[in-house]
Amino acid sequence: MLEPQIRIQELNAWYGAEHALKSVTADIPARQITAIVGPSGCGKTTLLRSLNRLLEEADGTRVTGRVWLDGVDIYGRGVDVTEVRTRVGLLAPKPFPLPMSIYDNVAYGRRIQGLHGRLDRGNGRNLDRIVERYLRAAGLWEEVKDRLQAPASGLSTGQQQRLCLARALAVEPEVLLCDEPTSALDPISAQRIEEQLVTLKEGMTIVIVTHSLQQARRLADHVIFLWMGELVESGAGVQVFHAPQDERTQAYLAGDIG
Amino acid sequence: MKRRKAKVFSRKRLEEGFFKVLMIGSAAAVLGSLVLILGTVVWRGLPALNLAMVTQTPKGGYYLGKEGGILNAIVGSLYLAGGATALALIASLPIAIYLQFYAARSRFAELARLALDVLWGVPSIVYGAFGFIIMLWLGMRASLLGGIIALALLELPILVRGMDEAIAMVPSALKEASYALGATRLETAVKVVVRQTAPGLLTAVLLAFGRGIGDAAAVLFTAGYTDHLPDSLSSPAASLPLAVFFQLGTPFPAVQERAYASALVLTFIVLGLSLISRRLGGRLTKHVIR
Repeated sequence: MLEPQIRIQELNAWYGAEHALKSVTADIPARQITAIVGPSGCGKTTLLRSLNRLLEEADGTRVTGRVWLDGVDIYGRGVDVTEVRTRVGLLAPKPFPLPMSIYDNVAYGRRIQGLHGRLDRGNGRNLDRIVERYLRAAGLWEEVKDRLQAPASGLSTGQQQRLCLARALAVEPEVLLCDEPTSALDPISAQRIEEQLVTLKEGMTIVIVTHSLQQARRLADHVIFLWMGELVESGAGVQVFHAPQDERTQAYLAGDIG
Repeated sequence: MKRRKAKVFSRKRLEEGFFKVLMIGSAAAVLGSLVLILGTVVWRGLPALNLAMVTQTPKGGYYLGKEGGILNAIVGSLYLAGGATALALIASLPIAIYLQFYAARSRFAELARLALDVLWGVPSIVYGAFGFIIMLWLGMRASLLGGIIALALLELPILVRGMDEAIAMVPSALKEASYALGATRLETAVKVVVRQTAPGLLTAVLLAFGRGIGDAAAVLFTAGYTDHLPDSLSSPAASLPLAVFFQLGTPFPAVQERAYASALVLTFIVLGLSLISRRLGGRLTKHVIR
């Protein structure tokens, strides 16, 4: 296996008194698609959202443990949470464009990062090129190139999700987290997103949460199987899908549970 | 069996009918009072309304029925309410953002909200008297600035709570979308949430302006009253509600008619502002995410 991009060590998470993640330890390999699978309420999304520290934005959540991103613990002292989030992007289950034009949506993260001095802010024509590049990368350019200044809210749900992808990519993260990215989409839009993800893994590490085993089988190079907040099994996709070690994994894959 | 079923059925229909009548009745009562109020103001004020009323200040003997107008009160009211709304807005947006983004469900925020709700309910004469005491203490005289500050205090709770409620309606997923791109809370508040809630914020502003321009008690001691146009922040300023009050208090029917005309002007200003903000609101909703 390649050197892991993310090492999760003894990660625990609580929502109030509910212990949602129990001592999870796992590696996420670089430039591959890692799928987090398991039955509803097993902590998939919780694990995902702890990787860009978005979990702590909700009330009453608590996280302990370590998450190493390229050798730096993102829960360590003195770590700038906004910087973590520029390095670890997110594609949410339901597309939420920002209340602005298509162009401004893609440029948003770039402009913000420019203020923080992390990325070239890309003014004027440079920013135009950035917007075009990532709209192309998300497979949306041809559909919106003539109406970049139109409100993003006017796009269809499938287009909105690709816009959200472009928006996340424009910040040039090393890792892209996808939380059931196709669950709100029609089959054709869903397929387009999947195709984009497969193309993207050449340049970045992708972690996807999905409740669809078929989707995990189609996409995943690496699999993490969670059960009631615990990590049951993780490994290469081929291995976990074809020769699962744990009987809970076997039962879940066979459709007996979940 | 059949008869019992029919009985239940008719009782339900009776209930349905009763509440329907009740609802239509209350809607009619509200609409009726609105029509009655507007009707009275228009019917009694329109004949007295002429160009001189809105373009001239009171000349000698105006309050005895001679020539002149209420331009002093129109300009004074616009200055007072406009200034107060601007001042209150500058203070309230940061408060609302703080309450929602930094103190969301803390005890302090709950206490602040309770205090604001209490302040909302405080009668405006109390603001006027409070302002008056402070001004006496500072050695200030009744002035435009005093009136603006008193009205701003009156409007502040309306603005903060209105914005607070509007911002609370923003879906958390939208805020998270911004956080996930590396934005701070402040950046998210200013660049995303303010745009998303712009129509709601505008409604709060309009509500506050309406309360400010329609208030007589808060400006009575603080801004005073004058027949002249205010030429600086330290000079006294007239206002439309007080113009109505003073003219209605005279024993001359011709002047009393002018009180209704003044009320009509006040109504037109508020109405005009609502229409403009509706137009503006339509443009602001262009980007709002549903």
